[in-house]
Amino acid sequence: MYEFIQHLINGLAVGTIYALVALGYTMVYGVLKLINFAHGDVMMVGVYVGYAVAFLLGREAMGGLGAALLVFAVSMAACALLGFVIERFAYRPLRDKSRLTALITAIGISFALSYGFQLDFKVTVGGAEVTVLPGAAARRFPELIRPQEWLVLGDNDVIIWNWQVISFGIALALLAGLQVLVYRTRFGKAMRAVSHDHKVAALLGIPVDTVIAVTFMLGSALAAGAGILYAIKDKTIQPLMGVMVGLKAFVAAVIGGIGNLPGAVVGGLLLGLCEEFIVGYTASSWRDAVAFGFLIVVLLFRPEGLFGRVQAEKV
Amino acid sequence: MPETRLGERAPREVLLDVKDLKVSYGAITALKGVTLSVGKGEIVALIGANGAGKTSTLRAVSGMLKPAAGDITLKGERVAGLKAHQLVPRGLAHAPEGRGIFPNLTVLENLELGAYLRRDKPGIAADLKRCFGLFPILEQRQAQPAGTLSGGEQQMLAISRALMSKPKLLLLDEPSLGLAPQVTQTIFRILREVNGEGVSILLVEQNAHLALELAHWAYVLETGELGMEGTGKALLASEEIRKAYLGE
Repeated sequence: MYEFIQHLINGLAVGTIYALVALGYTMVYGVLKLINFAHGDVMMVGVYVGYAVAFLLGREAMGGLGAALLVFAVSMAACALLGFVIERFAYRPLRDKSRLTALITAIGISFALSYGFQLDFKVTVGGAEVTVLPGAAARRFPELIRPQEWLVLGDNDVIIWNWQVISFGIALALLAGLQVLVYRTRFGKAMRAVSHDHKVAALLGIPVDTVIAVTFMLGSALAAGAGILYAIKDKTIQPLMGVMVGLKAFVAAVIGGIGNLPGAVVGGLLLGLCEEFIVGYTASSWRDAVAFGFLIVVLLFRPEGLFGRVQAEKV
Repeated sequence: MPETRLGERAPREVLLDVKDLKVSYGAITALKGVTLSVGKGEIVALIGANGAGKTSTLRAVSGMLKPAAGDITLKGERVAGLKAHQLVPRGLAHAPEGRGIFPNLTVLENLELGAYLRRDKPGIAADLKRCFGLFPILEQRQAQPAGTLSGGEQQMLAISRALMSKPKLLLLDEPSLGLAPQVTQTIFRILREVNGEGVSILLVEQNAHLALELAHWAYVLETGELGMEGTGKALLASEEIRKAYLGE
């Protein structure tokens, strides 16, 4: 029983992170019908920005609420900007071209980021050495939240850490915020209109380009938040970390039904739980096989995903 | 065919003025230079065969297409080349070909999106009531996904949604397409009513008979160029029009 609870907790912790990243995939797919394969790598950039901020704040500041908030805020803002730049200069010029062109561009940006960050590039500014690109070596992510046992069950059978609770809380807050934004605000209404039909949305006075740009920024900021949570959990970071997390989150989005926001959340949680249980009861080498096996099973029975709708059109 | 003018056009203040409009899709020229105007309070119809360029004309006017050449003036302002979303605040609404409703959103959400740019809540509520007054069926179905409506109801929704932006000029693309004659009658009756309230209408229609009965002035478009023009009545009476477009 204790073992079950522990796996459940771990699964939820990973699942919420997948859910946050999956939301970015699904939002961008919603408005552009594009799988933004660079999304996981944008998350990785966010993690490195967070790392840099934590590094500048210094070891003493770690564990404080202010420092943690600052790391999240700067990292999310930086990724929003990165998302804006990628959309504006890489995807927008290709909007009228075939979807395959944009897809290949996305893969190109993914490679540019994940391999670009493996370069070791430093410049000397006024005598001080500044790292521009971090290099391929894994680094230890600073302890943004000092680990403390939050709840212990039995004789150390189940340990729930404070960072697990906090992560879960942050993820839920971000999800709730997004839900309000999409379903309760004017912008959300515009976003849903754009996701149905660009041309008609424009005819109603909705500035389609702006809506798409903001959607990219939101998705990228969520990815940055998720990336920091992931780094807190995993403790080490490296430039290729975005590839697998991104792929898993993509799987989660497809399982939930790509383009569907609640679907992305459910897909993320299901995938996280599924992984943790299988790994917990068998061996950890099964982890990735489980994720993609799960995808295949879902697609066999529901090709549109769990929450996806097959569009019925009436003439 | 030489350009001919039948009947006298009532003097009016010009709302939309299109001069020598050219549109091409890649190497294909859709409009070879179309000149037309819509006056304040007028219903103007654009009739013609399939592929004559009726829809392209509307699309160029509403900013969905970038014209290759020509001038478009709306209320005295040159608007050619502006994007579609910039024309809505200037008083233009376009109910596009195929209706363009959002099938997964409810009827009410569709209507609310029509008022996307407006902030005056009481005004929006009043216009919503007005639309429900025009088409009572929409009020009954307001909570239903728009995709579940019949074709006629969807057309009513498309027109109502366009009206929700409080336009001065309403562009309509084939409102009768695929509808039962009775439903079409209802829609055209309501268009006249809407026009009576001061909304000018530029109507594209394959059903030339209906369009000419409704329109104050009409243009005949033939493969990207204007042919005849005249009052609806005069064109209806014209031998040439009767042969070519009314199947008589």
